[in-house]
Amino acid sequence: MTAMKTAMFPLQLSGIGFAPSGTTILQDINLTIAEGSCTVILGPNGAGKSVLMRIMHGLLAPGSGRVEWGSLEERPLSQAMLFQRPVMLRRSVLSNVAYGLHVQGIPIPEAKRRALAALESVGLQHLADRPARVLSGGEQQRVALARAAALQPRILFLDEPTASLDPGAARAIESGIAALHAAGITIVMVTHHLGQARRLARDIVFLAAGRIQECTPAHDFFRQPQSQAAADFLKEELP
Amino acid sequence: MDTFTASLDAALALLLHADAHLYGIVSLSLRVSCLAVLLAALFALPLGALLAVAQFPGRRTLTVLVNGFMGLPAVVVGLIVYLSLSRAGPLGELGLLFTPSAMSLAQAVLVAPLLAALTRQIVEDAWFEYADQLHSLGVSPRQAALTLLWDTRWSLSTVLLAGFGRAISEVGAVMIVGGNIDGVTRVMTTAIALETSKGDLPLAMGLGIILVALVLLLNALAQAIRSWAARSAQ
Repeated sequence: MTAMKTAMFPLQLSGIGFAPSGTTILQDINLTIAEGSCTVILGPNGAGKSVLMRIMHGLLAPGSGRVEWGSLEERPLSQAMLFQRPVMLRRSVLSNVAYGLHVQGIPIPEAKRRALAALESVGLQHLADRPARVLSGGEQQRVALARAAALQPRILFLDEPTASLDPGAARAIESGIAALHAAGITIVMVTHHLGQARRLARDIVFLAAGRIQECTPAHDFFRQPQSQAAADFLKEELP
Repeated sequence: MDTFTASLDAALALLLHADAHLYGIVSLSLRVSCLAVLLAALFALPLGALLAVAQFPGRRTLTVLVNGFMGLPAVVVGLIVYLSLSRAGPLGELGLLFTPSAMSLAQAVLVAPLLAALTRQIVEDAWFEYADQLHSLGVSPRQAALTLLWDTRWSLSTVLLAGFGRAISEVGAVMIVGGNIDGVTRVMTTAIALETSKGDLPLAMGLGIILVALVLLLNALAQAIRSWAARSAQ
């Protein structure tokens, strides 16, 4: 188990480029994600943040370059992703959370037990039997967070998970993310919310026009960004 | 106008007197077409779902074929199934020709492309929403197809009804492979065709009214079940 634990980290991207039908979205991306880190990817719209995250997670194949997981040959299964709009299956909240566990071949009673525990951790156990698609957006995202957490991933990707939520719901998600990080799960997140980035991030990756402009510890980034692009970005952002 | 009033009278009379003979014809129609839709669905729903989610060589061609076969003429299907089931045909040994089973088989062949094509469309629309999440969870194409079939079950029930409607209302295929044998393979549509050619228009029309009423009733029932179930499970 210990050998497995170290095997999938660091996540290493080298020379990643992505240019579907000739339009360059990403070029020359080199990035290392260490175990236990919390990296927030910042950048203007269209910078390629979501695409970069999808390539890391394995939803998209890069046009060039390599994604390497430690010493593993293949993409590891112990990872999960949260999307901006949570995708709720047309079934109960509990079944939604248990679904990912079924897929991995975990027997139904065990899956249900773990799903219920995950729902408890986001404070939604009382909604377990409700149809998932009638919940509010904030509740749905918490269910999605529980679904991801139930898988006990080693790394969690989040693509603007609070972008369409009200402040209260966003706070609930944020504290859920912080708890998962505290439990040792590596976090990679895209957000437009600078306050959130300040609170959660250990490292900031600043992306503009498909290139990494800088990769700086969060504390330094917000005090003194190294690139002009990032300085401009921080100046324009509303407080 | 006289024919229509006479037809309504005939339909009423048929229902009121409700002889065993009529019930035999109606229940055979229902049994043959239900079995046909069941048979077709076993094959067509998974096929439609796989066409929506799986990537394999020839997928596009298969989709075009399935869509094109939605419009297969019933008589042509009847003829093909007839040839397959006839003594010299590949399935001749089963001895199914001129039996209700042969009629179900023919109707299944007729409605399978319709079920597959509509299933593909519905599942593909849902896949568009689910794809990233299911890929993220590491779902295989087979698992994705099953998940989406389950999640679109309420829409798919309409597809099954469409298939049933096409099956129970066609006459060409069952006429050829069933032979319209009284008491054995006579269903509503073949009975209507026979009465029409015999010149008993009111009786033919009466049977037609019962057929239409039956289809409407089944649809209303299915709609009621669906909205009740959808309310309780979303």
